[in-house]
Amino acid sequence: MKTLISAIALAATLGTAALADTIATGDLGLVIERAKGSVLLIDQSDRASLARIEGLGDLSHASLVYSPDERFAYVFGRDGGLTKVDIVERKIANRVVQGGNSIGGAISDDGKLVAVSNYEPGSKTIGLVDAPGRRFVFTMWDTGETWIADMSKGNDPEITKITGMGKNPYDALVTGNGRTYITGLFGEDGLTALDLWADTPEPIRVLPNYGRGQEEMPVYKMPHLEGWALTGSEFVLPAVGHHEVLWVDAQTLEETGRTKTYSQPVFAMARPDGRQVWVNFAHPMNDTIQVIDTVTKQVIHQFKPGPAVLHMEFTPRGHEIWVSVRDENKVKVYDTHSFELLREIEADSPSGIFFTARAHRTGL
Amino acid sequence: MRNLLALLLLTGTAHAGEPALDPTALTRLVHQDCGSCHGLTLKGGLGPDIRPETIDHYDPDVLQSVILDGIPDTAMPPWRPLISEAEAAWIADYLLKGDTE
Repeated sequence: MKTLISAIALAATLGTAALADTIATGDLGLVIERAKGSVLLIDQSDRASLARIEGLGDLSHASLVYSPDERFAYVFGRDGGLTKVDIVERKIANRVVQGGNSIGGAISDDGKLVAVSNYEPGSKTIGLVDAPGRRFVFTMWDTGETWIADMSKGNDPEITKITGMGKNPYDALVTGNGRTYITGLFGEDGLTALDLWADTPEPIRVLPNYGRGQEEMPVYKMPHLEGWALTGSEFVLPAVGHHEVLWVDAQTLEETGRTKTYSQPVFAMARPDGRQVWVNFAHPMNDTIQVIDTVTKQVIHQFKPGPAVLHMEFTPRGHEIWVSVRDENKVKVYDTHSFELLREIEADSPSGIFFTARAHRTGL
Repeated sequence: MRNLLALLLLTGTAHAGEPALDPTALTRLVHQDCGSCHGLTLKGGLGPDIRPETIDHYDPDVLQSVILDGIPDTAMPPWRPLISEAEAAWIADYLLKGDTE
């Protein structure tokens, strides 16, 4: 209290009484605690948890986006709950139930609109992302259509429908420049890309001969494409049903290589500088992470953070990575150069980890 | 409880060499791993709703075989490589009984 009083006195002296209340959010983040329906506020610089915010409903497979000022998080719950969390006040600012069965969301480039992907009613939507020009792009699992909703002329969307994306698209990504949208296909070989700079985007087949293989392997967890990795001139994508990641030339969309992995990849995420790709795996091999060097395309490090590694998040400049280890109830922080374990933070069944720096990135 | 005991006894007889069923681990498997498609509360996701009121018209045997062998041309994988027949039977029973919260 004494410190606070002197801080206020100092602030008064400087003529800025609000100074003592200033809370910077640029190095903060939130961890989804999926079973408990809470989020944990974390501080990347202090490698610490600051507060738990409760009452967000069913957070299995939850995700969130940030407001442009990095103060608010919009958390998309599995039960259709959309919760606005105030990171500064450390409380729920608002909460609505917008649907009954939801899977993710996105925020428009101007930060004014939040869209939520729902599994009902109608076709199940997947791969919802924002795109420049106040647009949202999303895809239907059942019908294989991608829709572009252009909200630039107000809140009545102008919809462009692209048919023939492929059978059972399970997830999608948009590149950081907002140009290329890629869906992964579960029901047939390959992936499908769209050039969002085109006036009328047409489906572009990627790796048309690559699929689940002659002998289809069981898939116990659909890969995520959101953590797509652009490493210099290539994308790295987790293969569905195979123990490998795929390298694709970002310009030509031709395959440039494959790297064998420990098991079926779930996330293949590039360190922000693009030099490494970190890969985690599906049940029951989900205790392991492999690190791939993007120059040699070789696995350079493999380790076991613990049972059920669900998600990884790099610090914005990539010097550390935060890893959620669900069944050990911990988030673990590693140095990405030495691979040293730096800190363990208690969390209840942690899944997604989201730093506020995402606020300034298209597609996140 | 009586059913569970009976099932455990049956399992003990039928698969004498296998480790005993672990209900805690199986419950976790259902909610965390089946739940990755069917939802943590099993009300559906990319995969369908598998709450008791939705699946109560299926025989336990049918559910057991779907769990073990999957459904061709859908995203439902065969779990046989990962779990035993007794474990699949336990899961089918668990899903039908509805102790899913």
